[in-house]
Amino acid sequence: MLIRRAPEIRSSEITPERVYLSRREFIAAAGVIAGSVAIPGVTEAADRASRRQGREDRLTPYEQVTTYNNFYEFGTDKDDPARHAHTLRPRPWSVEITGECERRGRYDLDDLLRGIAIEERVYRLRCVEAWSMVIPWNGFPLSTLINRVRPTSRARFVEFTTLLDPVQMPGQRRNVLPWPYVEGLRMDEAMHPLTILATGLYGRTLPNQNGAPLRLVVPWKYGFKSIKSIVRIRFTTEQPATTWAVVAPHEYGFYANVNPEVDHPRWSQGRERRIGELLRRPTLMFNGYADQVASLYQGMDLRRNF
Amino acid sequence: MPKLLKPAAFLLCAVPLLLMARDLLTGNLPAEPVKDLTHRTGFWGLFLITTTLAVTPLRRLTGWNAVQKLRRMIGLWGFAYIAVHFLIYLVLDQFFALDLIVEDVTKRPYITVGFTGFVMLIPLAITSTSGWVRRLGRRWTTLHALIYPIALAGVVHFFWSVKADTLVPTRFAVVLAALLGFRIAYPRLKSRLAARALRPRSSLAVQPADS
Repeated sequence: MLIRRAPEIRSSEITPERVYLSRREFIAAAGVIAGSVAIPGVTEAADRASRRQGREDRLTPYEQVTTYNNFYEFGTDKDDPARHAHTLRPRPWSVEITGECERRGRYDLDDLLRGIAIEERVYRLRCVEAWSMVIPWNGFPLSTLINRVRPTSRARFVEFTTLLDPVQMPGQRRNVLPWPYVEGLRMDEAMHPLTILATGLYGRTLPNQNGAPLRLVVPWKYGFKSIKSIVRIRFTTEQPATTWAVVAPHEYGFYANVNPEVDHPRWSQGRERRIGELLRRPTLMFNGYADQVASLYQGMDLRRNF
Repeated sequence: MPKLLKPAAFLLCAVPLLLMARDLLTGNLPAEPVKDLTHRTGFWGLFLITTTLAVTPLRRLTGWNAVQKLRRMIGLWGFAYIAVHFLIYLVLDQFFALDLIVEDVTKRPYITVGFTGFVMLIPLAITSTSGWVRRLGRRWTTLHALIYPIALAGVVHFFWSVKADTLVPTRFAVVLAALLGFRIAYPRLKSRLAARALRPRSSLAVQPADS
């Protein structure tokens, strides 16, 4: 049951502290951050929510964040991406911005990122397969980029596309999914301050297996929404046909909001296994970010729009 | 050599379990160890159950009858892996939460099918002893024909449990289909071979027309 209350920190006031430490300093600091109040801004309210459940959110170790991945472009086993993603060349990288926006074009990633401040966000990641992690991402709000390219008033959705290149992504030689991978968000979801584009984690450059060089992170949705290795961002008037929703429409919806009340047809979403913990813990509504995002879905039947 | 066959097969069946124990003790399991052990015990259980179904075709095709002596042991190992598979689910996945287990078994088809297969395995394991074989007589054979729906349940359970990559369960399905197909085709094949053997050699030349 979702108990709505005014968040202590309004989402409009959230300006996460920039914690961009060098690698060694960060690793040293990580332990402190994990157990203390140092997690800035956004995640604080959510942390309180999970502490109400009597559970803490400790950072999932770097080792596990980078060796336990779903990235079918490199194979369908969890350890495949870490073993095979070395073939991906994250630079030079270009991103095509297209569709309903004024500044369409193909941009070199470094040009696109110029002048954008990279900040730290510690988010829970809840996979639709009922496991979860806590990851310190480095990135920036997607809204920063969207504002720069000036979507037109007709833009209602944003569609993201992963690189299509079976040489760099050997998993694409098998037709496990219709390649390339496509994901999408409603415009208001994309503009939400919690939605970020990540370029790193744990203070390091994003490892290939985690979606280098640029990936989406939408912490209140199941992990598959957070598309990796993005080469195209398109503003559309129609709801994008997103990969999993196309492959298995009765199992994966467009919204894919974390919701313990709405089970996957084949397994319960009521609980999850936090990586590193033995027994399952309860899954939180909107992955614990209900205070910040529930208003986006007011009046919507979340059972139908799963 | 035949003397060593059984202990060798026994050890071979134990290898996956020993590897799991080693990975568990050395902390060499992936980030989600419970899921890993669930998948591995399930895979090897189904693998060994499928193997027991290969025993008869192997005997028929090769005349190697000694392999028959291994079937019970392989089947029991298969049961052992599936039992561990179930225990992991019971304890580490659901922690004895009976309501959740009932919900799983009744609401989720892949668990319904898998659980049914496991339940059917239990009487087969119990009646696997020589004493039970003797006591049940012909009914033993009838009872143990359950292995066919069990194997089928195992493959369906595997198929329905994967997200998108059906390669491995498909392989199981193909092998199982071949093993069951052999049983259907074999009586015809045998009588045809027998008829062919009885015919004079020269008539073989006109044979291909109907084959």
